[in-house]
Amino acid sequence: MYRYLVNRILLVFPTLFGAAALVFALMRLIPGDVCLVRLGSGGTSFSEQALQACHAELGIDRPWLVQFGQFLWGMLHFDFGISMWSGKPVVDEIASRFPISLEVALIATAIAVVLAIPLGTISALKQNTWIDLLVRTVSIAGIATPSFWIGIMAILIVLDLTQWIGGHPWMPPIDYVSLWKDPIRNLSIVALPALTVGYRYSAVSMRMTRSAMLEVLREDYIRTARAKGLLEKIIINRHALKNALLPVITVVGLEFAFLIGGLVVTEQVFNLNGIGRLMVLSVQNQDYTLTQALVMVVVTIAILANLVVDLLYAWLDPRIRLK
Amino acid sequence: MPLLDVKNLHTEFRTGVGVVHAVDGISYTVEPGETVAIVGESGSGKSVGALSLLRLIPDPPGRITGGEVWFGGRNLLRLSDAEMREVRGGEIGMVFQEPMTSLNPVLTIGRQITETLERHRGADRAECERRAAELLGLVGIADAPRRLKQYPHHLSGGMRQRVMIAIALACDPKLIIADEPTTALDVTIQAQILELMQRLTRQLGVALIIITHNLGVVARYADRVNVMYAGRIVESGRAAAIYHEPRHPYTMALLRSVPRLDRPRQARLDPIEGQPPDLTRLDDGCAFRSRCRFAVERCASSRPPLATVSADGQRAACWRSDALASAGRAA
Ligand SMILES: Nc1ncnc2c1ncn2[C@@H]1O[C@H](COP(=O)(O)OP(=O)(O)O)[C@@H](O)[C@H]1O
Ligand SMILES: [Mg+2]
Repeated sequence: MYRYLVNRILLVFPTLFGAAALVFALMRLIPGDVCLVRLGSGGTSFSEQALQACHAELGIDRPWLVQFGQFLWGMLHFDFGISMWSGKPVVDEIASRFPISLEVALIATAIAVVLAIPLGTISALKQNTWIDLLVRTVSIAGIATPSFWIGIMAILIVLDLTQWIGGHPWMPPIDYVSLWKDPIRNLSIVALPALTVGYRYSAVSMRMTRSAMLEVLREDYIRTARAKGLLEKIIINRHALKNALLPVITVVGLEFAFLIGGLVVTEQVFNLNGIGRLMVLSVQNQDYTLTQALVMVVVTIAILANLVVDLLYAWLDPRIRLK
Repeated sequence: MPLLDVKNLHTEFRTGVGVVHAVDGISYTVEPGETVAIVGESGSGKSVGALSLLRLIPDPPGRITGGEVWFGGRNLLRLSDAEMREVRGGEIGMVFQEPMTSLNPVLTIGRQITETLERHRGADRAECERRAAELLGLVGIADAPRRLKQYPHHLSGGMRQRVMIAIALACDPKLIIADEPTTALDVTIQAQILELMQRLTRQLGVALIIITHNLGVVARYADRVNVMYAGRIVESGRAAAIYHEPRHPYTMALLRSVPRLDRPRQARLDPIEGQPPDLTRLDDGCAFRSRCRFAVERCASSRPPLATVSADGQRAACWRSDALASAGRAA
């Protein structure tokens, strides 16, 4: 178990290095650069000198290898530099966007897990009854419907409902405040997007729980548990669920990593200033430093999520501990 | 009074291709402390018949459609689910064929033994663990305290089957049903496990139903035998009688298909020719007739009943069992 953990943690470094090299190269392979965007954004013409001066100022005229070395060296002591587009420190840019993305992801995950595991289990236990059918229909709808549509519908419903109840429509506030400062204001911003995302997320996890559960229920050891005369409750909770959760944990972990940087459309619909929109913006502006830092943040979170998944796996499944 | 009295048990599976009559009216008894073998080719309904006794048939697609299972003065088929759970693991223990998959991979050996004790004995944790260690000793697993903390994947197949036996014995049952307990094991281990079961059931006075497709096992360990074919019992009687004087062509064919210790080494073994019948479309005739060397016209038109063929209670379901008596002796 100890060796397994050490191996897992040592693997983090090559993964991070690979991700760094990839995003570094990809950004520079896109035609154009941030100076062209900056100088030519108004359709104005600019001189060759101005362009070169801009390149020199940002240091992107230096050889790639040098730039890559600087990027890696900076990362090693958590110095991500200055955003090439806004001129503000990259750390500040990310820090102002990160909490809202993290909060949406965490709440959505909580919603997903709390809904998916009991519903998936019930659905499997009552296979082909009306409960199963209902749960599956609602979850298929969650997977098949684009999240922006669900988001827009959610906003419209809230607008109409508040109009109908209070006489005038209510819109969530726009500027983000932290949960600690003003919980009500914070939740009124985050609740709808988290629910929208959590719905789709729980639909995916629910289907995984259901199919894993159906498979586990056919296992020989479940028959053994029945032959011991155990109560159904114990057979499900102790014998079946612990085995069925293994694949579900993987799905939840992968989804979580995606939620941090991948909610571009949802952030757009709910007008949230999150990591997803920042990422799109920074790529459009060809803001090398900011994009690189964002990708590294998302990759780190994906790696951490995977590590947590692996640890949970090892905790649930003694066979893994052996390896 | 017999410990177990199975009367005309029927179990079917409703599948896409039709209704599979997996168990089609079997009747037999088991006396207290006795070892009864059930033999037959794969697919003859041995497992379904055994699982039906404990009502462990997956429903759907399976269903017990008729019969009675008398055990300790009660018809198990009429018990409530709660009453049935008391019987399972408490009065009747079960050992399955697949030691590699029959134990839960994520629970310790100790937990899988103690949970049965907690369920049926209501004993406290410490008492259960003491008893679990004692049970491991009983089934020949040394170093019980360490083993109890291990997981199934730490144990070999033979060891796991010993654990299954310990679980089956945990609550002092009156009957153990062992469904091909050694089929998945190494030949050398098979004998050990069978010896162990024989010794423990004798020592503890537990009756044993042992399911197998190996007649050699029967001859050594069973008091009485039921031979199954296509969901029915086609021959039954004392093990020695069946082994030496089979009165059903199917039993004879089974005997010719396995090596025998009591005969000079045969030049070759005869596997039974042909395929078992399709259990979704059985007709009124004898199910074995298409593979039978002795079949006559009557075998197609009406099914022979399980009739007494000898003074010591041997019974066979064959129109030609009298002719076979002499044929068997001649062979
Ligand atoms: N879950 C099931 N669904 C459909 N048919 C089944 C099922 N289980 C067993 N059967 C059928 O019942 C018959 C008897 O099977 P079984 O009792 O397992 O045979 P065996 O004598 O090898 O133990 C077989 O024809 C098998 O196909
Ligand atoms: Mg079987």
